[in-house]
Amino acid sequence: MRLPLSWLKQYVDVDIPAQELAHRLTMAGIEVGEVEVIGGWNEVFVGQVTDVRPHPNADRLRLCVVTTGTEEMEVVCGAPNVATGLKVCFAKIGANLYNTHTERHEPLAVAKIRGVESQGMICSGLELGLGDDHSGIIELPEDAPTGALLNDYLGDTVLDLELTPNRLDCLSILGVAHEVAALTGKKVKEPVADYKESGAPIIEQINISVANPELCRRYTASLIQGVKIGPSPQWLQDRLTSAGLRPISNVVDVTNFVMLEYNQPLHSFDFDLIKDATIIVRRAKPSETLTTLDGAERKLSAENLVIADANDPIGLGGVIGGANSEISDGTVNVLLEAATFNGSNNRETAQSMELRTEATLRFEKGLRPELAPIALRRATALIQEVAGGTVAPGIVDIISDEGIDAPVVPLTSEKIKRMLGMEVPAKQVEETLDALGFTWESASKGELKVTVPYWRNDVNIEEDLVEEVVRTIGYDAVPTTMLSSPIPFQQPMPIMGLRDQIKDLLAAAGIQEVINYPLVTLEQLEQVEQLDQLALPLRMANPMSSDREYLRTTLRASVLANLASNQGHSAGPFRLFEAGRTFHPRKGDLPEEHETIAVVLAGLRHEPSWLEDESLLDFYDAKGVVESVLERLGVAATYESADDLGFHPGRCAVIKADKAVLGMVGEIHPAVKERLSLNQPQVAAFELYLAPILAALPSSQRQFEPLPIYPSATRDLALVVPSDVTAGRVTQLILRHRGIDRVELFDIYAGENIDAGSKSLAFHVYFQARDRTLTNEEVNRSLDGLLRTLERELNAILRA
Amino acid sequence: MTEPSTQPPTAQSIDELIGSASAELDTLADLEAVDQWRVSYLGRRGSLTTVLRGLASLDVEERRTIGALANQAKNTLEERLEERVRQINVAALDLSANQGRLDVTLPGRPALGGRLHPTTKIVREICDAFVAMGFGVVEGPEVEWDHYNFEMLNIPKGHPARDMWNTLWVDNQDPSGGSNMLLRTHTSPMQARVMEGREPPIRVVVPGKCYRYEATDATHEWHFYQVEGLAVGEGITFADLKGTLYEFARRMFGEERKIRFRCDYFPFVEPGVDMSIDCFACDGDGEGCRICRDSGWIEIMGAGMIHPKVLEGVGYDTEKYTGFAFGMGPERIAMLKYGIDDIRHFYANDLRFLRQF
Repeated sequence: MRLPLSWLKQYVDVDIPAQELAHRLTMAGIEVGEVEVIGGWNEVFVGQVTDVRPHPNADRLRLCVVTTGTEEMEVVCGAPNVATGLKVCFAKIGANLYNTHTERHEPLAVAKIRGVESQGMICSGLELGLGDDHSGIIELPEDAPTGALLNDYLGDTVLDLELTPNRLDCLSILGVAHEVAALTGKKVKEPVADYKESGAPIIEQINISVANPELCRRYTASLIQGVKIGPSPQWLQDRLTSAGLRPISNVVDVTNFVMLEYNQPLHSFDFDLIKDATIIVRRAKPSETLTTLDGAERKLSAENLVIADANDPIGLGGVIGGANSEISDGTVNVLLEAATFNGSNNRETAQSMELRTEATLRFEKGLRPELAPIALRRATALIQEVAGGTVAPGIVDIISDEGIDAPVVPLTSEKIKRMLGMEVPAKQVEETLDALGFTWESASKGELKVTVPYWRNDVNIEEDLVEEVVRTIGYDAVPTTMLSSPIPFQQPMPIMGLRDQIKDLLAAAGIQEVINYPLVTLEQLEQVEQLDQLALPLRMANPMSSDREYLRTTLRASVLANLASNQGHSAGPFRLFEAGRTFHPRKGDLPEEHETIAVVLAGLRHEPSWLEDESLLDFYDAKGVVESVLERLGVAATYESADDLGFHPGRCAVIKADKAVLGMVGEIHPAVKERLSLNQPQVAAFELYLAPILAALPSSQRQFEPLPIYPSATRDLALVVPSDVTAGRVTQLILRHRGIDRVELFDIYAGENIDAGSKSLAFHVYFQARDRTLTNEEVNRSLDGLLRTLERELNAILRA
Repeated sequence: MTEPSTQPPTAQSIDELIGSASAELDTLADLEAVDQWRVSYLGRRGSLTTVLRGLASLDVEERRTIGALANQAKNTLEERLEERVRQINVAALDLSANQGRLDVTLPGRPALGGRLHPTTKIVREICDAFVAMGFGVVEGPEVEWDHYNFEMLNIPKGHPARDMWNTLWVDNQDPSGGSNMLLRTHTSPMQARVMEGREPPIRVVVPGKCYRYEATDATHEWHFYQVEGLAVGEGITFADLKGTLYEFARRMFGEERKIRFRCDYFPFVEPGVDMSIDCFACDGDGEGCRICRDSGWIEIMGAGMIHPKVLEGVGYDTEKYTGFAFGMGPERIAMLKYGIDDIRHFYANDLRFLRQF
């Protein structure tokens, strides 16, 4: 909200610099985003043109004599609107102005224009930085004081307030004035509302009733008769403009002015257009419509509160007026309304009609009912001042059973101490409350009964009052202490620890972490063959865009997209991982959120270097990382060949611990690669599901295993097995054999010297006994037994 | 090489043996030849061993003197052998230093270059700072009920403050027609979830993703992280809130940073706090600074004393317990620490960005 200091100063003295004021307001919770200085001119005065003559050498230019009261100067002026008697902004030589030719701020110099010396300049808005109009000079009002510094007359400072939603009061100039008064030790000067009443009392002229008091706590109205509609006086127009509102006509401008002054939205009706001089405040009937002031025809429902005459709605209560009762140039009698409408109903109506107005901005936050008659009287007085007319005696004032009592909130010194951790002397508390406009009485020792002023709707409980006190004396006054209570026991969340551990292991394995948006399209899921048409993912009710509509059920699409977007920058290696959640809908409940890790590996295996080969990352790189991670976690996993539409046929394994699926590893299906434009010969990938891994972790701590005291014995074993026998199966059988401690596969061979349909696998086999050195004989005997088992189980024979 | 002698050894023959063996040793240039030399003189059947065996045929007096000489000879040859081996090694090293000189300016073999995302790093740093002050770390769901995201936080339906959080709603066909499921707009719903589950004392921080229905620009992301914090117990005060956050800021930003607490508003705290640190781009000077928009201060987090309605909502006795809560944006902190000028870099996942951290 824009707060012109010139306006603020009408209600409270400000004797500190604007920057200091901005700082104090900000610290107290009224954040000032910007301090905008309007003006700051030097050597620019209010002048009056006393003579205008043609320029001897130029048709379009004129010679003008300008007086500042003490001096007279002759200047050349090209503006079409210059005229004798006009009050103008006159810049003397040396004034710093915006030069429209050089487009810079420069001091004004004496210049000869077409042979005539100009001793100054009559300024346009552009030269003074008051807008970009350069078509003519600024015409000041007739009452502008000749000879005054323009800065004193037109200059201003505007504070741009970034208000939080609770501080409705500071949407009004008076609200801020109360705040400023409290922060600077001044008093607020309330505006006056003096007017003369005459003629028939209002209650004899109009019949007003409130049918739905639950939506209208208070309704007040006054009647001004015989007004003359026209433009507002300059001061009023200037006030509205300075606050960012557009002047319309005197009566309407007054309602807006008082709203800015007090916060209370007002509405003016053309009294003669109100059917049967009757107003009923009621819920709309189902089929009713209203053409509102913005020209839209709106369908109404019983959820909407309307101001109706004897027949039809003439206004949407607290939102916008109706066109059928609008003030026009011909309006003579004005019915002025100031009411207290229900905040949440007002907000719902505004939201459903997509119509946020200055009025709803205020009503939705719950204005206090004390405010209505105060603002009504102020506006009535101003309308009479600027539009003439007579005011019918009295006002209409209808109050619902809820009443208008101001909230009374207790405040104890004990509460202050308990919340703040410090004591605030009673006198300081009382003075602070006084300064903020609260009234109080002592209830008992250490307890005050505090009455909240009508402009503050945000103070309702004791804690609110504690904040009032501490924000006014300043948060800096509160000491800084450390928590002194015992440290609570922290129940660990093992899945977080597991995730962090895996993330660290992956980073150490050379894989870069990425983090993606969880919202995707169905196409993205379909492209990686992860869309189940029978179980669609959760959809946003109000997606921001069609490419962020569904909650992902897999991380695969995301990390593959990262590969696609990065592959242009280099030849790899691309090693990416994401640790994130996938979302799986459940009926009538929040979705299951699965902690998942996805990895892609593609491109060169090693960073391009003069040292390394140029081999490419593949399935076994991915699997190697999985193995090393699971090994570090102490999870004994198996790998079974698996089919997954997203992975290359025959190059995919499901990772298991017993029956539980821990993840998938494989190379991405060529069709998926093509769809995602992955220009990589192969893309290896794996996924790990954290919940089953957590369940598969060893239940007890790892236990130390004594180091072997006796040497081990090694035998190399080259086995020929049928092609379909997996290395895993062979290894498993070898390890199961007595006396064998460890086995390493070091060669696979098929081709020459090996029968078709067979392959050769070569192993280092390590024999180890805990209690003695094995003899050759023992080792050989064990080996023979192993070979017999392998032959029996797998048709494996020793390679010749 | 001298043939093993069957003659009884004499002082002269020992002397000669030392002479000839030493001369031969000096001609040898590699370790293999030296080893052969060792075998032929000092080995089990070597010349000197033979000499020692011949001592048996001497009389006692001679055996003593000649025996001493022979032992001395053995020591001498062993010393010379050791010296020769050393010389050969030195020569070999010299040679390799000259011939096999490495170009030390060539790049080394690249080590693996995996890094954690900058957000992960900052989130961990933030959590660590609080863990050191006795806080635990917990996480909660990203898809939430309106109930936890708003209502339990003193933001009932229709509350104007809901405008502070533009919400992405999940299309869950709530029986009432609207949606009551959403992507959480802050980590604050975990305040109620944590408190519901246990009695005070509580001290936790809650990191996690949050979402808002917002257009992105250099300082706004619709998808971002927050770290929420919560301390509830008996006798917890606003002064404790200040102290805890002050200690955090010192750990995070260094001891010399100044800290400012000012009044701010969040519906679930009262009094509300905005914590700022003095701008490290302009050192609080403010004039013409892009980072702090001339103010000299940078907002780091929102905080406050937990609103009694929030405590009542989870069934706590507000006469017994008080608490404070706070929340901050790790991306913003990362931007300040690393000088990142556009928040959109974080989740664009351009490796050229991610590899900088």
